[in-house]
Amino acid sequence: MTALAAQRWNFWGGVLTVVTIVCAVLWAFPLYWAVVSSIKPEHEVVRPYIELWPETLTFEHYIHAITATQIGTWYINSIAVGVGVTVICVFTSMLSGYAISQLRFPGRTALWWLILASFMVPGQALIINHFVLVADLGLINTWAGIMLPQLIHPVLIIVYKQFFDQVPRDFREAAVMDNASEFTILFKVYLPMNWGVTTALSIVCFIWTWNAFLWPFLSVTRTEMMTVTVGITQVNDAFGIYYARELSAAVLAGLPVALAYLLFQRKVTEAITLSAGIKG
Amino acid sequence: MLKDRRRDILVALMMIAPFLAIYLLVFVYPTIQMFRVSFTDAPLIGDGEWVGLANYARLDNDPLFRRAVWNTFYFVALTVVPGTLIALAIALGVARLTGRLQAIVLAFFFLPYILPVSVVYLIWDWTLNFQFGIAMHVLDWLGIDRVPVTKSARWFMPAIAWVTIWWTAGFSILLFLAGLRTIPVEIYEAAALDSANRWTVFRRITWPLLSPVTALVLTIQLILQLKIFDQVYLFSQGGRPNDNMVLVYYIFQRAFQQNQGGRAAAVAVTLFVLVVVVSVLKFQLLRYAERRRQ
Repeated sequence: MTALAAQRWNFWGGVLTVVTIVCAVLWAFPLYWAVVSSIKPEHEVVRPYIELWPETLTFEHYIHAITATQIGTWYINSIAVGVGVTVICVFTSMLSGYAISQLRFPGRTALWWLILASFMVPGQALIINHFVLVADLGLINTWAGIMLPQLIHPVLIIVYKQFFDQVPRDFREAAVMDNASEFTILFKVYLPMNWGVTTALSIVCFIWTWNAFLWPFLSVTRTEMMTVTVGITQVNDAFGIYYARELSAAVLAGLPVALAYLLFQRKVTEAITLSAGIKG
Repeated sequence: MLKDRRRDILVALMMIAPFLAIYLLVFVYPTIQMFRVSFTDAPLIGDGEWVGLANYARLDNDPLFRRAVWNTFYFVALTVVPGTLIALAIALGVARLTGRLQAIVLAFFFLPYILPVSVVYLIWDWTLNFQFGIAMHVLDWLGIDRVPVTKSARWFMPAIAWVTIWWTAGFSILLFLAGLRTIPVEIYEAAALDSANRWTVFRRITWPLLSPVTALVLTIQLILQLKIFDQVYLFSQGGRPNDNMVLVYYIFQRAFQQNQGGRAAAVAVTLFVLVVVVSVLKFQLLRYAERRRQ
């Protein structure tokens, strides 16, 4: 509920509401159109007129995608890379965020500035040297190779630090009096208070990794090591020139992240807003 | 007490060590290497001879690089301001709604942002398909001749710009909605008492109070769109990528297709500097907005 919603209802208000809704439907229409096309038989898909619903509904393209292409393998690769990056990123960011927020150590300010500065570095500029690094380590065409350059999301540290800063000092002082170690304080006191943030950040971190294109595209040459986002566009003969097949692959590739968003709508939007540096 | 302090430092080091190790390995080291390689004639993998500023000097006479710069800025012009205005308009519309309706309408606008670029590419490649795409049916209705948009040098960038706006507007909309939420209801109530009309309310209240967010969205968009690659690459597949050359594509082509790591690194450094300059600007803006809020 925002202030604008408090404006009195009148004729033009009604018009604006209708316009907004119509625009929303048009905006989402290409998504609907792709999904509907993917459940039509190919001969219906290429008809020269518009049919908003299939005459014969079919899942043959999905069955083809799952049984006759490598999309299953790509799924496993995407999930492995997504979970790996998310766990490592969230865990290391939580630890660093806690240290920067709660502990006093030499170089703390320098580290903070280093993290802020890293926001500015465009990952796209580093692709050459990432490739050399990953090749030197012998990690081309491996999950570890796809993950490595994606393991840094400085924004997670910043969000964690901000949240740990807000925890009242009393909790920490009480725990220190009990001789609890810093790790105990973090995992038993601070973490439970910030579970919401941790889940929200994990979900968006997974979505970011699932959606990554450029680096997974560069670091993999063997089709069986590709992630879903790369595979569906790079293995052309997998789907032939059947539009409906291609679209069914697109739907399968988008489904996990779309579901994650629809199920955790508030958490996702909250985390994304936080990561842009504004508190919603 | 001293022992406690030393223990604290040790614990802190243990906590930051994993992050720091990754940071040094995938961030600091590649950045230093990027600068170093840009002064050599190295291939993608392996060492090269020191050539000083030669790689940079060559950019001046490189028509492909010029095209990349031109197209990148053309793309920025087509997306940043138009995309921000569209997102603002949508956010204003969504903010007027309440409850479940607002959640659904917002989801419709936001959903594209959550999708991977390859899915966005397949959806729009299909929508804009010259033979069967639904957009072409619309053109037929309007009595406009069909255009093979993604194969036409003239329409390629505008089409990619539109797809990009469609894809990324959700993010800007979220930021605008967050900004709108911080404007106190009382101000609007006071305006209603003075029976100010909608346009006046927008011009005198919403727009000025939203300006820090607008500036933030603009700079975020600017940084994002300078780094354009994925969409251009995907839509150029099987086409003429050199016509649609952008900066990151140039880096990719030089390094990975022509095996000229040094020359590619020189362009990477150029992009790097460009983005850092804009980012410093964004950082200042954020601090300015923060101070104004207090």
